[in-house]
Amino acid sequence: MLFCTQKKCVFFQNVNTLQHIQANLKAGQTTLTNIVEQYLVRIEETQDLNVYVEVFAAEARQRAAELDRKLAETPNQIGRLFGVVLSIKDVLCYKGHKVTAASKILEGFESLYTATAVERLLAEDAIIIGRTNCDQFAMGSTNENSVYGPTLNAADPTKVPGGSSGGSAVSVQADTCLLSLGSDTGGSVRQPAAFCGLVGLKPTYGRISRYGLLAYASSFDQIGIFGKSVEDVALLLEIMAGEDKMDSTSSRKAVEAYAIHTDYTKKAKIAYFDTAINHTSIDPDIRQQTLAFIDRLKADGHRVEAVDFPYLDYIIPAYYVLTTAEASSNLSRYDGIRYGYRHPEAGTLQETYEKSRSEGFSKEVKRRIMLGTFVLSAGYYDAYYAKAQKVRRLIQDKTKEILSEYDFILMPTSPSPAFDLGEKTKDPVAMYLADIYTVQANMTGIPAINLPLGTHKSGLPIGIQLMANMFEEADLLAFSKYIEQLNRQQV
Amino acid sequence: MKIDKPLISRLEVLAKLKLSEAEKEEFADDLNNILQMVEKLQEVDTEGVEPLVYINEEVNKLRADQVEGMVSRAEALKNAPDQDETYFKTPKVI
Repeated sequence: MLFCTQKKCVFFQNVNTLQHIQANLKAGQTTLTNIVEQYLVRIEETQDLNVYVEVFAAEARQRAAELDRKLAETPNQIGRLFGVVLSIKDVLCYKGHKVTAASKILEGFESLYTATAVERLLAEDAIIIGRTNCDQFAMGSTNENSVYGPTLNAADPTKVPGGSSGGSAVSVQADTCLLSLGSDTGGSVRQPAAFCGLVGLKPTYGRISRYGLLAYASSFDQIGIFGKSVEDVALLLEIMAGEDKMDSTSSRKAVEAYAIHTDYTKKAKIAYFDTAINHTSIDPDIRQQTLAFIDRLKADGHRVEAVDFPYLDYIIPAYYVLTTAEASSNLSRYDGIRYGYRHPEAGTLQETYEKSRSEGFSKEVKRRIMLGTFVLSAGYYDAYYAKAQKVRRLIQDKTKEILSEYDFILMPTSPSPAFDLGEKTKDPVAMYLADIYTVQANMTGIPAINLPLGTHKSGLPIGIQLMANMFEEADLLAFSKYIEQLNRQQV
Repeated sequence: MKIDKPLISRLEVLAKLKLSEAEKEEFADDLNNILQMVEKLQEVDTEGVEPLVYINEEVNKLRADQVEGMVSRAEALKNAPDQDETYFKTPKVI
């Protein structure tokens, strides 16, 4: 009855929120086994998009059957994520499963433990259907820096899905699963969410444990969530968030009921930066649609004001100094000795390190390691690394000052819609600069979300970004849900 | 600041990488372009500003100094490219 094999599946158009899926499951209109089969069919149909690095088909089927039995036998014991089928980015550890960060250096590596975030989802009866393609070690904005080749945007396969969590984004966009986990160091969840027309959340730094997330830049990294509805994303956050003794940077602050707390009845005070909306790099249509959106918010009674933010053009330079420094240190563990790829023709220990790393890392990863090594090296440390840390402080102070007066900061998520394949691969600086709107949240630790805004005149999806103060996810998600409804009314 | 070939060679050693001649040239160009972008930071007056190092604002919570979070020897060796069931093996060091 609900089974379908056509390209555009009616089932997924009507039943694409967890609430609907759970209602159907409980009413006996479908089974998890049936749902998993349909997702596996979609995965088969969308193989050309190169979304999955590995599909856990047999395991997902088995777990679905077990969970179907659980519903039949002990319906009052089913978890809050019963009915959720999700994918995880190839940088998250899942015991007994491979994880490679889309690299050669982790070829064949199998996790010895499960990431805390993933563990918490499994404990609530989620099913993991596979791991998704990404930019190598989460370094990139296009998903082209992968040993598995690029993932393509389902809205237009000549375009990139964004990165680095491009595979995760497309897995949800193409209805191969309900939700997906990515990681966001400088926009790697929000930018692909914008390029693929999805909700994409980067929580506050430390809100979700990073234990079991392969590190890129430890003071920036956060696990993020892709979904088609704010409510589903909020529920996943609620379940994953909270203290973890395995990650000393995870916050001990109490986790709020994000999924329930979703009615925003206040009138919001929202700041935006003229320098962002009138930036030289912004696409005119995105600019216009952002301004129209601001007008809609104003018409609905919210206070939306331009504020001065003098640091916009300093964010990217500071970001690339700091993240490459942290990356050069984090990636020193990949040495070909205890795990991962070892070059077969290395005669000495030194050669083992050098040859294994040189062949095991992609060009972009090596470029960032080289830059990070430079900014940390004797003689240059103060001029680059320490300087960038000071600028980071100024950016954080100013951001906090704005958010002490305003509830949210509003910005486009990306200055352009999805790039053409190959468009940004030649010029690293051009690719880095495209992160201009997303990096601020990681520089300062605040939560930020991408919400679908509409369609660009080229036909591609575009998004709008909202940021809130540290640990104010409840308000951010409630307001996001309101915007979701506002956008629905428009259509 | 200009990144030249000798500096690239020094960074290569520090980063434990072995680059081809073509890569060295390419990286020198790339790094120079990136540093040109980074140069912009010098415009910001940071006199008296404390570097921001930790984003988590909570005070460290220490745990008891007890051994935990261990994996078995077999697990630890499972992913090794070369091992003899007791040790990781590497090419000869001395």
